[in-house]
Amino acid sequence: MNLYSRRIWTNRMGIALSMLAMAFGLAALMWILWTLFYNGFSALSWEFFTQDTPAPGSEGGGLRNAIVGSLLIVGVTTLVSTPVGILAGIYLAEFGTTSKFAAATRFVTDIMLSAPSIVIGLFVYALAVATLGGFSGWAGSLALSLIAIPVVVRTTENMLRLVPTSLREAAFAVGAPRWRVSLNVTLRAVKAGVVTGILLAIARVTGETAPLLFTALNNQFYSADMSQPMGNLPVVIFQFAMSPYDNWVSLAWGGALLIALLVLGINIVARVLFRKKTQA
Amino acid sequence: MPAPTYHDDEDEAVLAIRDLNFFYGDFRGLKSVSLDIAKNRVTAFIGPSGCGKSTLLRTFNRMYDLYPGQRAEGRILFHGRNLLEKKQDVNLVRAKIGMVFQKPTPFPMTIYENIAFGVRLYERLPKSEMDDRVEWALRKAAIWEETKDKLQQSGLSLSGGQQQRLCIARTIAVKPEVVLLDEPTSALDPISTAKIEELINELKSDYTIAIVTHNMQQAARISDFTAFMYLGELVEFGKTDSLFVKPQKQQTEDYITGRFG
Repeated sequence: MNLYSRRIWTNRMGIALSMLAMAFGLAALMWILWTLFYNGFSALSWEFFTQDTPAPGSEGGGLRNAIVGSLLIVGVTTLVSTPVGILAGIYLAEFGTTSKFAAATRFVTDIMLSAPSIVIGLFVYALAVATLGGFSGWAGSLALSLIAIPVVVRTTENMLRLVPTSLREAAFAVGAPRWRVSLNVTLRAVKAGVVTGILLAIARVTGETAPLLFTALNNQFYSADMSQPMGNLPVVIFQFAMSPYDNWVSLAWGGALLIALLVLGINIVARVLFRKKTQA
Repeated sequence: MPAPTYHDDEDEAVLAIRDLNFFYGDFRGLKSVSLDIAKNRVTAFIGPSGCGKSTLLRTFNRMYDLYPGQRAEGRILFHGRNLLEKKQDVNLVRAKIGMVFQKPTPFPMTIYENIAFGVRLYERLPKSEMDDRVEWALRKAAIWEETKDKLQQSGLSLSGGQQQRLCIARTIAVKPEVVLLDEPTSALDPISTAKIEELINELKSDYTIAIVTHNMQQAARISDFTAFMYLGELVEFGKTDSLFVKPQKQQTEDYITGRFG
């Protein structure tokens, strides 16, 4: 076998192996999606969105309280983690590039990024639930914020670091103070990337279960009061999926499908947004 | 031996650089540079790469301040005040001494906002006056005709040469006294370059211009004074005509005749 045919053969082997690996990964994903659709799609109905979680042994029911609860908790999380994350990211990339304080912040953020979410749930339980008298939607948002903030911080910082020095210098050259350069020029230059980071952080926390178990807990009834225990999709799925009631299990599948579709949707929006901006 | 300073009796010096040293950490990038930048004249800085001409230009608006480890010693007198003093407000200095860079760097906003951004930092103008100022600056930079119908489009939508003229418009909109140009045409095609050179010639009636260029022909074409630098030292400085026709120093002659650099 000469050199060229050997190279062709090695090339084919390489392609075949990587195709196989891709098929394996894709198959797992497809399998999950298929199972979700197969079991969950039948649960999606008008009642699914308009009725609250059923009591044990009763027929029918929906997930209205859990859906509203999840939206509220994740909404507050977004409102908290977006400004905090962006401002901290700006600090790391524009102000404290070389300071020890920034290095420490960066290190802690990286640890937080990979911290098990149950640890964060327990932390907030000890900090806010045990001391302030009970489970609440606020506590749930706090726990989710602790997970979302590091994601936003790091994407913001990484995006800002991609801004060429020349643009930064140009903004300084017209006499702009540093905070204006950061907010009006560099942050604006990477707007799409930062928004993508926020969306991905939202997608990440939407499916988090462990931090909510210890904080927002659950609520069988509809409630929009953030200071009370609050129904939410992940915890309801967790409870219902392990129950002996058929209608509960079916609702759990429906909830799981709903979260999966939501996360899928957010990811698609993030990708489209990012691509449109980077092409422009 | 201190570097010689040159005075031209008819011209008033806007910037007087005296015994300027510059350090990148321990490396001495400028060695006792002294010269005057004459008012309403174009002063060109030439020399091989790494000779310190850009470094020198970046001391005039204290751009080096952004980077820890870089420092300048000596004096740069601007209206009698030393720009290098610690208590000097650098943002104010940069508003008075504008800068255009090698690569066009429009801000990520509309053409209109690109101009208005700098103006708003120091002046509160009503909408109509701001409109006038934007038009004035774009006209001055010879780009009004090309942009007047798309002021609300992104500055990034313009071509490279247009972007560079937008950057010049943005700089003069703030009404500085001095405009620093750091190789403003090295990323542009010959036609855009010609337009910018023409523009520089027109601008010098209102502004004092200091330009760094790799292109000796460009220096000869557009400048009134030329400074030749080599290894961080100011080797020769004088009227452009005499420097190119009859250089005093052997190094200068070698460089402008293309024997090195």
